Amino acid sequence: MKFLSRFYIFIIFAILYAPIFVVILFSFNASGDLSSFSGFTLHWYSELFRDGQALIALKNSLIIAVTSSLFATIMGTFAAFSIAHSKNKYYQKTMKAVSNIPMMNPDIVTGVSMMLLFVGVASILGFKNSLGIWTMIIAHTTFNLPYVILSVLPKFKQMDKNLIEAALDLGCTPVQTFFKIEVPCILPGILSGLMMSFTLSLDDFVISHFVSHPDIQTLPLYIYNQTAHNVKFSMYALCTLIIVTIFLLLVAVNLMGSKKKKVPQTKKLTGGVSR
Amino acid sequence: MKKKLIELRNVCKSFDDEPVLSNIDLFITDKEFVTLLGPSGCGKTTTLRIIGGFETPDSGEVIFDGQSIADVPPYKRNVNTVFQKYALFPHLNVYENIAFGLRISKVKEDEIRRRVKEMLELVNLRGFERRNVTMLSGGQQQRVAIARALINHPKVLLLDEPLGALDLKLRKDMQNELKNIQHKTGITFIYVTHDQEEALSMSDTVVVMADGKIQQIGTPTDIYNEPINAFVADFIGESNIIDGVMLEDYKVKFAGQVFKCLDKGFDKNEPIDVVVRPEDVDVVKPEDGMLTGVVTSVTFKGVHYEIIVDIKGFKWMIQSTDYVAPEATIGLFIEPDAIHIMKKSEYSNMFGDYSTFSDEMDHLSDIVEEDE
Repeated sequence: MKFLSRFYIFIIFAILYAPIFVVILFSFNASGDLSSFSGFTLHWYSELFRDGQALIALKNSLIIAVTSSLFATIMGTFAAFSIAHSKNKYYQKTMKAVSNIPMMNPDIVTGVSMMLLFVGVASILGFKNSLGIWTMIIAHTTFNLPYVILSVLPKFKQMDKNLIEAALDLGCTPVQTFFKIEVPCILPGILSGLMMSFTLSLDDFVISHFVSHPDIQTLPLYIYNQTAHNVKFSMYALCTLIIVTIFLLLVAVNLMGSKKKKVPQTKKLTGGVSR
Repeated sequence: MKKKLIELRNVCKSFDDEPVLSNIDLFITDKEFVTLLGPSGCGKTTTLRIIGGFETPDSGEVIFDGQSIADVPPYKRNVNTVFQKYALFPHLNVYENIAFGLRISKVKEDEIRRRVKEMLELVNLRGFERRNVTMLSGGQQQRVAIARALINHPKVLLLDEPLGALDLKLRKDMQNELKNIQHKTGITFIYVTHDQEEALSMSDTVVVMADGKIQQIGTPTDIYNEPINAFVADFIGESNIIDGVMLEDYKVKFAGQVFKCLDKGFDKNEPIDVVVRPEDVDVVKPEDGMLTGVVTSVTFKGVHYEIIVDIKGFKWMIQSTDYVAPEATIGLFIEPDAIHIMKKSEYSNMFGDYSTFSDEMDHLSDIVEEDE
């Protein structure tokens, strides 16, 4: 029975990770052919780094991911603060539901509606080029916001409300209390929201596809354009790099999350009061 | 007469139309140790929070050092609080927690160092500076919380059931220590508790509260020896509360007998409540007793036996160091100064005899569970 359950889990993970392994494997394939694996090479990686367009796409992706995740984190944290500090239970529930809906919304619907909004607003304001890097940043910030709220709000809920009163009691104004007490307490939530938005922004294709200018490509858009007709092996190398980056980010998030909890177990409690 | 430091005048407060405090009038003098004592939900914590500035009264005045402070936010009040669950800042170590208030008021670094050291010595936590507060024991966290509040030299320290989460032994030690700290620092302490023993042993003044009203204010001995009504008599210590009639000055009739007592000033034949403390009753032979009854149960309590005696259907509790056998008939002897007469109140018939004792104990343990 134990063997069966282990085997079952093995199959599940094999199915989950097979595509990733294939991409990683073929990114090192010397033959340049999907039908055979003829030897190890880093050729595709060096080709990737000589590909100017890919590097520009990478730069765009990073600019958009960093700015949009920062904007989303700041806005989302304040939104979560306002929801958590409301005394009205119905308001809290409504705001939570409202902030969750965009997450459930299919990307393609979000993408199309954002494009319409940007084009519409631009034509009202009389701009010629409605879509560009700013529309992408706005779009990415928008779809990242609910994820930040989702990861920060529980931290506000978990925080001992007495801490706020204790800070006020010790002379903090409400603003000082927010920065000196509340932010440090909810920091793990803020950081995981930040990381999550960064990765979501980095790998978004559907929404970016609708709101981007043809000249401004992000990595996913570039990969799509490169692989749609004939497959370039350097794209496998690019995918592998993205996988590794995301993996490292995830590990970092998890380490940060578990660090706090592990400390009390590793250090020994030396009780007793010196008298 | 000492100076009035804090005064509450006619303070009322409701939550969701449910009155929590009604017409609270209270003054607290400088350097006093005052305890607000009462069962859960009596409004004691709300009173403390009004003084701390965390709640605003619906009506009435809060006067601090001669000035009305009803609209002053907590961070501008010269008052510090020790919270029930400590509320230490988990991201700061012991030193930084204690230094917090001084840092906010921008005190110089070397003075902070000096005063934190002084505080750590006061609360017996020398050498704990760099410790993580989440790894301290309950008693140690409590000490940090006290140091964190006292370092700001407040005029008043508010303590909201600060020892509630500690075990019995530690609680006793901390009671003594708190009392010492209060003596050393000369700061007015306002202490909230539901533990009557704690209130009696620590306070200069006890304020007994129930149902959002102050029942009695007095020294611990006054409160114990001369409870004003059946609620106070029942809440503070054990007591036999019996229906009686004041025949004339110094003469009271209860349990079918006429007794001499030391009370006067009641109307002729005025119905009253009589309090007799279990330790003030002497067990004697049936023929020598002023009252006689049958022992229904005996429980060994260490220092004494707790004896329940049925006298004409009313169960008395008696504490005696001598053993009596259950089912035995015994006599009771009550000195005139052991009898305390109280006017009838809304609480008069709420506290029956000790026939419901076991139920009452169940009820008490329920309350303890709720608190946790």
